[in-house]
Amino acid sequence: MSAPAIEFDYSLLGKNAKLAEERGLASADWYSSPIPRKRLKELMQRRDSSAIRDTLLWFGLLGLTGYLGYHFWGTWWCVPCFIAYGLLYGTASDSRWHECGHRTAFRTAWMNDVVYEIASFMVIRESTSWRWSHTRHHTDTIIVGRDPEIAVPRPPDLVGIAMAFFILKSGPKEFKRIARHCFGSLTPEEKLYVPESEWPRVVRIARIWALIYAGVIAWAIAIRSILPLMFIGLPSFYGAWLMVVFGLTQHAGLAENVLDHRLNSRTVYMNPVFRFLYWNMNYHVEHHMFPMVPNYNLPALHAELKADMPKPYNGIWEAYREIIPALWKQSKDPAFFVRRELPPTAKSGPNDPGFTYARPAEPL
Amino acid sequence: MSDQLNETWVDAGHVDDIEKEDVIRFDHGGRTFAIYRTADDKYYATDGLCTHEKVHLANGFVMDHIIECPKHNGRFDFTTGKAQGAPVCVNLSTYPVRTDAGRILIRLG
Repeated sequence: MSAPAIEFDYSLLGKNAKLAEERGLASADWYSSPIPRKRLKELMQRRDSSAIRDTLLWFGLLGLTGYLGYHFWGTWWCVPCFIAYGLLYGTASDSRWHECGHRTAFRTAWMNDVVYEIASFMVIRESTSWRWSHTRHHTDTIIVGRDPEIAVPRPPDLVGIAMAFFILKSGPKEFKRIARHCFGSLTPEEKLYVPESEWPRVVRIARIWALIYAGVIAWAIAIRSILPLMFIGLPSFYGAWLMVVFGLTQHAGLAENVLDHRLNSRTVYMNPVFRFLYWNMNYHVEHHMFPMVPNYNLPALHAELKADMPKPYNGIWEAYREIIPALWKQSKDPAFFVRRELPPTAKSGPNDPGFTYARPAEPL
Repeated sequence: MSDQLNETWVDAGHVDDIEKEDVIRFDHGGRTFAIYRTADDKYYATDGLCTHEKVHLANGFVMDHIIECPKHNGRFDFTTGKAQGAPVCVNLSTYPVRTDAGRILIRLG
């Protein structure tokens, strides 16, 4: 008897959304590694100093590279300046968006909110709807039909992934979304995870963004140069590639429909420059398991939980030696995924022992 | 007097059951509550589950007068129950708390 056909329905209103609810995968209890409450409390402590230092450095570098790009505009010397500016704008904004969205980066709440709004604009993620989308991602991480942020649905769209390095698919989609929000229209899926009380805010922010983009475009037309757009707008595209390099390591190729972040997320060791740009989100299993721990304490949390975790990847290259073949294989055999091995010292999660990984159409 | 107290106030444990700037879970009558102790030794009580996704706040993080939900970092002022913004939009119910002879008493109903 042949296996049932796999249905790749990742929509939040489709068959798998219902299946996930029926099978207890929606808003479920997730495995959590043991850690003494006292130690966890220490690691959850917030301070402003780290995030203020990093934010000043970030804006300082944006200002410096931006000035040099302006100064050398018209010569080849502007190219490396705008490459650096683009990475700071289009890549580093992703992790700032993320950490400040969780409100863990700064101790002072308003500082998180200010940087969150700025970073949301830079990474082109409309701040209100994406906050709620990310909330759902944490409730139902890589649960098919529930998680709106599954970056690589099966079978992987390899051309789409290649385009993602310059957000050539998601960027225009976000602009369409902003335009729609400007007219007060949210999609049925957005209405699922954004509470009605927040809809006016979605519309308000979208209109502010539209005004900013219109202003920059008008400025570029007025001076007959793309230079203004090299500072605002285009760097979200030309500087996004490293964000995608980082981001794909989080979950791509791993199991779906499991209630254990050790099996669907990766922790990847990275160098200090990458960790500054990525704000330690390379400790992704730990982040998902304990989202209250601020980015600057994730290395210490990682040290605490190491014995209960799968082996971390020793650098981006090691992660991609697994991801690239996995995605290639998934493009031919969508049922394939990478099974993470837990060490003998690890405790069993809800999916062990005898755990059966699910296909997209058949949540556990 | 003591009987009268027991009728109105429920014993929720010893004052040292909670560390300073921390929270514990207290279950009573089929309901769950969160009891807080501030850095300056004041005690407060709220409903035990986050109004967003019904996660136990006792696993959360206390910072000044704020309780942060462990799942989505939603924040409430536990002295008033007021939700501090997305992803929490609905306030928590709060309950009067007092201490008596080293016991934490919370008034329910």
